[in-house]
Amino acid sequence: MSSPSNLKRRYRADKRFKLYGIAAIAFSLCFLTFFFVDIIGKAIPAFEQAYIQVPVTYNEALKSNYNKAIPKAYRRLVSKAFLRTLPQKLEAHPELLGTTQPEWALANHRVDQFLKQHEGHGLKKKYRSKVEQLYQEDKIEFRFNANFFSRGDSKMAENAGVLAAVMGSVLVLLITILVAVPIGVMTAIYLEEFAPDNKFTQAIEVNINNLAAIPSILYGLLGLAIFINVMGVPRSSALAGGLTLALMTLPVIIISTRAALRSVPQSIRDAAYGLGASNLQVVMHHVLPLAFPGILTGSIIGLAQAMGETAPLLIVGMMAYIPEAPSSILNAATVLPAQVYTWSSESMRAFEERTAAGILVLLVVLLSLNALAVYLRKRFEVRW
Amino acid sequence: MMTTADVFTWFISAIASLSIIAFVYARFTAIKIEQQEGRLHSRPNFFGWYAVSRLCVPTLGLAFLYSIFHMAGLINSNLLLFCVSFGAGFIYLFLGLKHLHKDFRARQAVEKVSRRLFFLAALISIFTTLGIVFSVLFEAFRFFTIVPLWDFLTGTSWNPDTAFLIGAGRDEGGAVPEFGSLPIFAGTFMITIIAMLVAVPVGLFAAIYMSEYASHRVRNMLKPTLEILAGIPTVVYGFFAAITISPLVVHAAEAFGLQADFTNALAPGLIMGIMIIPFISSLSDDVIRAVPQPLRDGSLALGTTHAETIKNVVLPAAFPGIVAAFLLAVSRAIGETMIVVMAAGLRPNLTANPLEGVTTVTVKIVEALTGDQEFDSAFTLAAFALGLVLLIITLVLNIGSTIVVRKFTQRYE
Repeated sequence: MSSPSNLKRRYRADKRFKLYGIAAIAFSLCFLTFFFVDIIGKAIPAFEQAYIQVPVTYNEALKSNYNKAIPKAYRRLVSKAFLRTLPQKLEAHPELLGTTQPEWALANHRVDQFLKQHEGHGLKKKYRSKVEQLYQEDKIEFRFNANFFSRGDSKMAENAGVLAAVMGSVLVLLITILVAVPIGVMTAIYLEEFAPDNKFTQAIEVNINNLAAIPSILYGLLGLAIFINVMGVPRSSALAGGLTLALMTLPVIIISTRAALRSVPQSIRDAAYGLGASNLQVVMHHVLPLAFPGILTGSIIGLAQAMGETAPLLIVGMMAYIPEAPSSILNAATVLPAQVYTWSSESMRAFEERTAAGILVLLVVLLSLNALAVYLRKRFEVRW
Repeated sequence: MMTTADVFTWFISAIASLSIIAFVYARFTAIKIEQQEGRLHSRPNFFGWYAVSRLCVPTLGLAFLYSIFHMAGLINSNLLLFCVSFGAGFIYLFLGLKHLHKDFRARQAVEKVSRRLFFLAALISIFTTLGIVFSVLFEAFRFFTIVPLWDFLTGTSWNPDTAFLIGAGRDEGGAVPEFGSLPIFAGTFMITIIAMLVAVPVGLFAAIYMSEYASHRVRNMLKPTLEILAGIPTVVYGFFAAITISPLVVHAAEAFGLQADFTNALAPGLIMGIMIIPFISSLSDDVIRAVPQPLRDGSLALGTTHAETIKNVVLPAAFPGIVAAFLLAVSRAIGETMIVVMAAGLRPNLTANPLEGVTTVTVKIVEALTGDQEFDSAFTLAAFALGLVLLIITLVLNIGSTIVVRKFTQRYE
């Protein structure tokens, strides 16, 4: 049937087909590498920040106008975030009045970007030689950017940090956990262990599968229309965001909990029934503890998903400018992904590296959550 | 004056501490009865839980009713809330405490309550769906009383800028706002098509390689690695598409002598496609592996090459599952928000050129709802109309994928 040349052609086609598969995998892996290298490369400069040594004169004029504390030549180089702390400092230490001291001040983001040789740094030409000279004289040095982890958002790029957003994320996730996990687990228990096999139960099951595939932005519309407009939850609050994300995470938790419950073998249930346990006792004392690792893994994956979610939170207003960590779940808050979004739309060059650094923080947290889930699954997996 | 948060905190702490007291009291009563009169019908813990349920069911029920009336603006008295709900809880609890005797079937009573609790939890998912449908439907309906449905669906010009002026009562005889959504849907479909052109071949071939060629160990390493792509937050992809990929596309286009916008459709489309690769590859991998080995063995025994077996036997057998995965991926791409918000344009543009900026349904929803516009203007209501269409499209795709799987999957016994 097949001549030798035909056979050769078929073998070549066979090899080519395998090669397509390898190419597809290689493409994905290359992209992944390129992506991480690019993001990390953009983020690393943000962890260093320039500081300038300036002579600070503590005088009476400083109390009304903090700009007067330093010589004019430095005013455009130093961050306002440093200058505006001076009046308080003088109040706390009145003995400083009338003295002049060299102090290390946070540098303006333009100076910082100029010295990092980033395009679009925005430092005016007349300051450049001065900055370079100061840098040669070691009057400007780069230090670890601790502000990035200890401050909230700021309009001054050099002073902006992720703390408020991280705290907001923690609050939102706490609400999500407290609402979604109990309801999700109870729903799964009902569907797996108690529900009669009728049309209504099937409707719930179909409904949950549909919910899992609904675009997240529609949950934002639900949050806006129901939680904020009808129930009166404050806009931008962690409560509004947490409830919205809880509804979004619910299907994920239900589906993974059902899988975990289903993987507990029937013989365990039969044995418990045989000893006279009731339906509820079988579930609570035997099935649930055995399914716990699976439930935990599913919940962590659901929460990791919720943590990276942005779109529904934008709709419920969680992209506000938040310089301080929120003190209550009813206060305006922002979350890490939303902070990344707001920074990415800032035009200042210094915000680009901060955006990348925020992304890096987000990715590290998310990847460790996922790794934790994988570890827990491996560690507690029981083969029946 | 107590804020809502204070009321909530007080209510929760009151009901929690009273529940503990009720539990401890009923449990100890039960233990005492057991010591005096012999073995109880149910274990003492069930007596405790019974007391808790007697307290909490009426209290929480009435508090729930109160909050509905409160939201409707009918009543506003915290004193009333506490008196009525806790009063009813106490009365019901004291009536229940009479039941505490040796033969009381506390376990059955508790199980009945907990089964109902589980059922209520299951209802929440139904309410979520209803909530999404009604919140979108209601506002969209208001929009369609302003803008006719037909104009919305077939109009080719989206120009709502003057709508919020009219909404604010400042109609200064400017241009009439136009809400023709065709260019927006065209943009959505263009980006979706670009994404699928990337995701389908790469995802499918990756799935074929993982399930048919790779060793068990390699597959166990590759699959989670690929799934990292699906775990990266979309806002990160959006930043990456806007900052890194868009300029690359512009430079590449220049190299071919073409003009490309910085907010071109290609960059978000490509990145979205990469995000979707793991959906296609994981789901297809599962269905390909579900094809029984004897089918492959039979085909190979007839003298076909490995690739021919895959193309002619394995893939046709797995086809319904692959189609279902494809439909889910399309619905995912259409509903994706952050990538297009950050990397695609804002200007509705009816074009077939992927190097131009286009806008999508989700971009317009975000744009309309994150500004400072009046909530009642046609501009913000339009977001809900777009949301309604988005909801319908995704539901149709989901149901379509379910039907494909149910109707066409071969059963090999």
